[in-house]
Amino acid sequence: MSKLIAALQEQAGNSKEYVAFTHANAATPYLADAKQKYQRKLCENLDEILGRCELHDGMTISFHHAFREGDKVINLVVDKLASLGLKGITLASSSLMTCNAPLINHIRNGVITKIYTSGMRGELADAISHGLMAEPVQIHSHGGRVNLIQKGEINIDVAFLAVSCSDEYGNASGSGGKSRCGSLGYAMVDAAYAKCVVLLTESIEPFPYMPASIVQDQVDYIVKIDSVGDPAKISVGAARVTSNPRELMIARSAADVVEHSGYFEQGFSIQTGSGAASTACTRFLESRMKNKNITAGFALGGITGSIVDLHEKGLITKLLDTQSFDSAAAASLARNPNHVEISTNVYANPASKAACCDRVDIVILSALEIDTNFNVNVLTGSDGVMRGASGGHCDVAAAANLTVVVAPLIRSRIPTVVKHVTTCVTPGESIDVLVTDHGIAVNPSRPEIHQRLVDKGLPVVNIEALYQRALEISGQPKAIEFTSKIVGVVRYRDGSVIDVVRQVKE
Amino acid sequence: MKIVQAALAGTLESSDLMVKVSPSDVGLDIVINSEVMKQFGEQITQVVNETLTAFNVTHGQIIVDDKGALDCVIRSRMQVAIMRGTCSDEINWEKLQ
Amino acid sequence: MKKLRRSMLFLPGSSAAMLSTAFIYKPDSIMFDLEDAVSLREKDSARILVFNALQHPMYKGIETVVRINPLNTPFGLKDLEAAVRAGVDVIRLPKTDTPEDIHQLEREIVRIEESCGRKVGSTQLMAAIESAVGVINAVAIARSSDRLMGIALAAFDYVMDMQTERGDGTELFYARCAVLHAARAAGIDAFDVVYGDVNDEEGFLKEVDLIRRMGFNGKSLINPRQIELLHNAYAPTQEEVDYAERVITAAEEGERSGLGVISLNGKMIDAPIINHARVVLERKKASGIRH
Repeated sequence: MSKLIAALQEQAGNSKEYVAFTHANAATPYLADAKQKYQRKLCENLDEILGRCELHDGMTISFHHAFREGDKVINLVVDKLASLGLKGITLASSSLMTCNAPLINHIRNGVITKIYTSGMRGELADAISHGLMAEPVQIHSHGGRVNLIQKGEINIDVAFLAVSCSDEYGNASGSGGKSRCGSLGYAMVDAAYAKCVVLLTESIEPFPYMPASIVQDQVDYIVKIDSVGDPAKISVGAARVTSNPRELMIARSAADVVEHSGYFEQGFSIQTGSGAASTACTRFLESRMKNKNITAGFALGGITGSIVDLHEKGLITKLLDTQSFDSAAAASLARNPNHVEISTNVYANPASKAACCDRVDIVILSALEIDTNFNVNVLTGSDGVMRGASGGHCDVAAAANLTVVVAPLIRSRIPTVVKHVTTCVTPGESIDVLVTDHGIAVNPSRPEIHQRLVDKGLPVVNIEALYQRALEISGQPKAIEFTSKIVGVVRYRDGSVIDVVRQVKE
Repeated sequence: MKIVQAALAGTLESSDLMVKVSPSDVGLDIVINSEVMKQFGEQITQVVNETLTAFNVTHGQIIVDDKGALDCVIRSRMQVAIMRGTCSDEINWEKLQ
Repeated sequence: MKKLRRSMLFLPGSSAAMLSTAFIYKPDSIMFDLEDAVSLREKDSARILVFNALQHPMYKGIETVVRINPLNTPFGLKDLEAAVRAGVDVIRLPKTDTPEDIHQLEREIVRIEESCGRKVGSTQLMAAIESAVGVINAVAIARSSDRLMGIALAAFDYVMDMQTERGDGTELFYARCAVLHAARAAGIDAFDVVYGDVNDEEGFLKEVDLIRRMGFNGKSLINPRQIELLHNAYAPTQEEVDYAERVITAAEEGERSGLGVISLNGKMIDAPIINHARVVLERKKASGIRH
């Protein structure tokens, strides 16, 4: 054989290119062993996987949050890494929830020293807002996270991805088995970019478990664990339409705005959040769509059971799903051919070659605060403590033709409309209409929308008037005091810094 | 007026508050807990004090547990707690306005 | 335009949460209840809550009503003091059986108005008929005072008094007619009963359709969700409005050209039809077009 190489080298004059053939499985030795051939990725337990991965201090690990408050994997893995004595880890979870409070101790002990996330809640958020970490948390949007990963700022060493079912090769999805989360939109990105991909699955299915959301050519190791998530806590958002008259009123008003916006035409596209008012709005749109005899081309999201219902009634042609908010949506993804799973890269990454959010006509979002310049805060409460997530807010708001924010003017005495938001997550230039229980405000940059709504007799008022009305009712709240220490950096979808969160002064 | 017996007014529902008054020999001891303490603590304290002054209450233990109630609700619950605590059947309307 | 009173939203006077938010709904009137919705133990606290709420700027722009306890209870008079002093627009007297009930109420109100410096005569009244005797005396009650702006039928106690139960409306047939006629004879508004099943939209709309066509000015509501439904039911349809506009146009043309008889599409248009067309257009102005 070396005669061939010699001949090639003589002709090309280059000795480095070719290697002589030795035997069929030189590069794939596992093919010679029956067990290895099929099960080389399968590990007995998490310890075995951690033994096989290259773990080191300062590494970056990633997770997805499709199992939401029912997630068990994040805490499980970090606990294990802590017990192995690892330090200085960067945690890049697509989001963090109240169930991740156990991370507080790991942060205190120096196991985790840096965090990238879309948001956080509960005790963990409280502790971080009060200065738990030396390095500020990086808060990104869903689309922005993909951007940071692609640019290398989030450099994932090992992605630990929880899935409902997987086969021995790593073809996996969130739509089968016991604990279903539906779309694995976030996980799909980690699977594509992480150096090492570990799947934690509740069941091993016969090969080939296809069509797959995460594909075998992306996966390094697989372990079966008893439970990746608590099915009872996976659902977020309203399962059925609220009966709260205030929420219904706001929802109906939002539906009026959508109907008369000028975008409510055959084939329109829509995205709604998971909040009660958004879900109820979907119901009100149903009758208006029927009256006008129009259907929607697609719904993007964040898919809820209400959206699925409209789809199954023939009112929305396609559903593009990056996260299934409830079990109805997860079930629909599994059975409806026009309910399609998309990665967050396809969903909303501004650096992607094409993002679905760019084609959305109407999006209905919520807000913790909105100021008289229409800037929106979905991250910090009015007490300065983090309790929400950037999510897809700024992504879709920037791209959609009509961005509608729905919110009660006052929540338990706290005004929603303020002079300056505590934290800016989505800039006012991306927000078109605010719908409250005290009236509708339109961004001055959209005079044509303003005119359309006024012509239809909708209760349109100046946002300044809403601000004054809130003060009249609740009184002037005292400004929150912060220290100079920055505990959170809010990264806009393009990676730039749009705002910071400072430590609350107690 | 003198608080002669322990009395409660209000509820712990959202947008309401619970006020508890009891007799005391050592002047006024006011404790305020609120969901919106940071933003409205000063304002709540002001309304509580104003109401006590209007009724000329100088002695008593006052405990307020607020769930984001508006000023007029705070005032109402304080007024009722004081009236119940002072056992006054007659309402002096000028005091309340 | 005459004060619209299609919807009167009942709020339990004891609920701080409801009193703090109800002004966002836009009923034609808001009624703070100190009577049946409030337990005996909370009569005093509800009274004070309503007293303070009535003075809040957010309620200044909407017609307010307080349902006091009957004057022969330990609570009624105190309720009246609180409501009148706080500036309520209308006092609703429950269980009004005779004109004397109204006269007694009026005497107390005059005393209070004088005492607190409120313009004497500014507090209006509404009589609630809740018994057989009340129904029989409806005309006399409706005419018993200049302060009366309306007379309402209340079903719960009335059907008990009649020894029957709430049903498809048969049990209210006579009472509704009596109260309505009394109102028209006295030149005041007539209000229909509460529809208790908040989730039965169809049943609610059926009842609203009946009482609207009978001539009731409005109805008592127990849930904000019913407001929009009611206002919409009081609105004329596009067809009704189109026809009414054509009638008015034809009438105006007829007048201009000095014709004695006006006709539209071959049908004679006389005064009652023109009048009805005006009423329809007024309803449109008040409630929009039905959707």
